Parts: sequence; C-alpha cells; structure tokens
Amino acid sequence: MADRYSFSLTTFSPSGKLVQIEYALSAVNSGVTSIGIKATNGIVIATEKKAVSTLIDDSSLEKVAIICSNIGMVYSGMGPDYRVLVNKARKAAQAYKRVYMEEPPTAILVKEIASVMQEFTQSGGVRPFGVSLLIAGFDEKGPMLYQVDPSGSYWPWKATAIGKNMVNAKTFLEKRYNEDIELEDAIHTAILTLKEGFEGQMTENTIEIGIITGAVSTKDDGAVILPEFRKLSPSEVKDYLANIA
Amino acid sequence: MEYNGGAVVAMVGKNCVAIACDKRLGVQAMTISTEFPKTFQATPKTYIGLPGLATDVQTLSEKFRFKVNMYRLKEEREIEPRTLAHLVSSTLYERRFGPWFVEPVIAGLDKENRPFICSTDLIGCINFAKDFVVSGTTSNQLYGMCESLWEPDLEPEDLFETISQSLMNAVDRDCLSGWGAQVTVITPDQVITRTLKSRQD
Repeated sequence: MADRYSFSLTTFSPSGKLVQIEYALSAVNSGVTSIGIKATNGIVIATEKKAVSTLIDDSSLEKVAIICSNIGMVYSGMGPDYRVLVNKARKAAQAYKRVYMEEPPTAILVKEIASVMQEFTQSGGVRPFGVSLLIAGFDEKGPMLYQVDPSGSYWPWKATAIGKNMVNAKTFLEKRYNEDIELEDAIHTAILTLKEGFEGQMTENTIEIGIITGAVSTKDDGAVILPEFRKLSPSEVKDYLANIA
Repeated sequence: MEYNGGAVVAMVGKNCVAIACDKRLGVQAMTISTEFPKTFQATPKTYIGLPGLATDVQTLSEKFRFKVNMYRLKEEREIEPRTLAHLVSSTLYERRFGPWFVEPVIAGLDKENRPFICSTDLIGCINFAKDFVVSGTTSNQLYGMCESLWEPDLEPEDLFETISQSLMNAVDRDCLSGWGAQVTVITPDQVITRTLKSRQD
C-alpha cells in the first residue's frame, strides 16, 4: 500500500504519512551514530568519523561544524545534504547579525534551519534532506541542544543519540544522565556511549567532539559576550580516551 | 527634512533616561496640528523618537512596531535598546539610495537597567552617546542648550527639569518646532510622560 504513495513527496498516503520522509529517516538511521549531551555548564556533541578506507586523509574531514561563534552542529545521515544545511545555517546566522549586530539565539537558528528542511517536504521536484541534525548552542537562556529531523520537526533534548545505534545509545544515556551532570562528565559519558556501538578501533582520529561551555558575560557598554563553540583537538580527544581506557 | 519641522532630544541620568519631543506638525510655515508628538514606545523600557518628514515618521513608527512585535513573538523576550538601535540602523540602510527622511533617537534601559541612548542619521549611521543626543530642525539650538545645561548623574526629577528647559528654550529659537512638548522619563520602576505647555507660536 505504501508503495503506491511513496514516489511523490507531495502526496499523502492514506494513513496520513509522507512516505518520502519515512524513507529519509531510514537514510538517517543507517548513518553513523552521533551523540549530544547537555550539561549544567555547557554541551558536548560527538560523532564517529568513519573513513571508508585507510587511505583517506581523515584530518581534513569535518563532521562537527561551527555555525556561528555560539552554535555548533553535527549530523547523522547523508554527508552532502549536511554540507548544504551547514552553509544555509551559517548564512542565516550572518543575516541575523547584519540586522541585529548580535549572534542569533539557538532557538531562532534552529527554527530557521527547520523551516528550510520543511520547505523541501512541500515543494515540487525536490526531495527531503537525508540528515538529522544535532544543534548545540549557548545563548542568554543558557545551553540548549536541539535535534532537527528531515521532516523539519525539532525538539530540545537533555541528552540524545541519532543514527545507527540510537536505540542502544539512548538506553545507555537514560541510565547515565542526570540533571546535574557537568561538562567534563558529559564528555566522558559521550565517549563511552559512542564506544558502545563503535565498530573498529576508537582513536583520536576516528571520533570528532565539539563543546561549548562558559558563561554569558557583559562588557561595560552593555554588549553581551557569549561562550564560543569549539572542536576538541586530536590531542585533547586522546587525553579523554586515555581516561576511559 | 524641513517641510514638517520637529525636535527630539534624549539624555542620560543616574539609572534613568529621558526623551522629549515637540508637538508641532506644520506644512512649511503653516501650523496644522499641535498634537503630533514624535516619541513612540517600543518596549516598556525603550522609546524611539522620530523627527523629520511626517509621513515617514508615521510609516516608520508602524514599521518598527511591527518588527519589535515580531521579535517579541519569535524570541519570547523584549528587544534590548542596543539591539533595537542596530535594527533601526539596518532598516534605514535598506533604503540607502532613496532614504526615509527621519533621524531617529533611541532611549531606554537595558535588562540590567543600565541607561542607553543613541541617535542615527537618515541612512542608519549610529551615534552612541554617553550624555545626550539631539535631532530635528532644532538640532543646532538643542546642541547649545544641552551642552550648557547637562551634567552627569542627574536624578530623575532633575533630569526632567534639565531636558525640559533644554527643549523649551531651543524650540523657541526655531519657527518650525514648538507648540507644546512631551517629556518621558524612564526609570527602573516606572515611566512617566508629562506634557508641557510652552509658547504657542
């Protein structure tokens, strides 16, 4: 039954689904796992950097992306679709800055990206994006972690996983997460969660971790300074990996 | 800019700001209304003053009301005065080669109740001031009055006196402004708007 309604994105199936979006979610669920954990003083997002061959120069492959100084993003699913969304997100953040001369709050940027993803579920001749995104940002309301799906729906999370191993990873996180977790513990937990479903050897070159931490401060003239999102360098990742060995 | 006339001034006091404007609307020499104040509330603690061509005053006050409301709905918080200043600036620059004929003044308290004032020119160049800003056909006279009368850390009542005297005496030397004045003093607890009777000529 689903097959008769699955070829056109803009046609609902009798059960009320848009089958193309279901298929997009399958593309996401066959992608490598990504984790996001919100701590009291920051957020960590992490993913596997699965190189298809040992000949690939994985130092130049970037999965965790910085969108603007206070927001970072990671994905599960199709890499090329992700690149397009990273560019759109970066442009949206700069457009906001052109008007207001400040960084966008996380929720506003998430809404923008989610609208873009939704557009591609309601236009002719296009297909949905085959990625789910984990967006981590720090604004005046504090640290916020959001997941955005191919359909364009988004949710805030305290801790979550997307991709291949998400069911096991989320069970693992449910046990280990508590509201008072601090960033150092969160990074440790994220690495352990990734390790659960990791195929092969986990080294500082096969995982990517991004963090945002700090506090919102104000300069004398009233301008607000937000914490900056950054990726952990391979040597920092190596230190964390040594701690869990 | 000298078709309808008008004057706006804003000053910083101790944990307070004040913004004042005249109430005249004219068509060159002929006064057609004495109830045309040029200050508009953007948020409970921020006001925008818009002197200049009256049709642009009306249109821009409505445009800014729209943008501030959308901001409040999307971001679920009130816009800060500094952010509003940049919003005004980018809105004006959008019309760089066919500008709005207004020179806005923004005055308010930010979320820590720190005073903030600034003015922009008709194409959006922001002038962040620490003491006072002036705008309109009476700007030269206002510069003179404010420079002599203003001092730092005035209490709200004293700030009201200072800004009122600056405005009243400046517009008396400008035929295109006057016919009454409206003064708004913004403090962390309350906002008081007073209407002044001045020389009706």
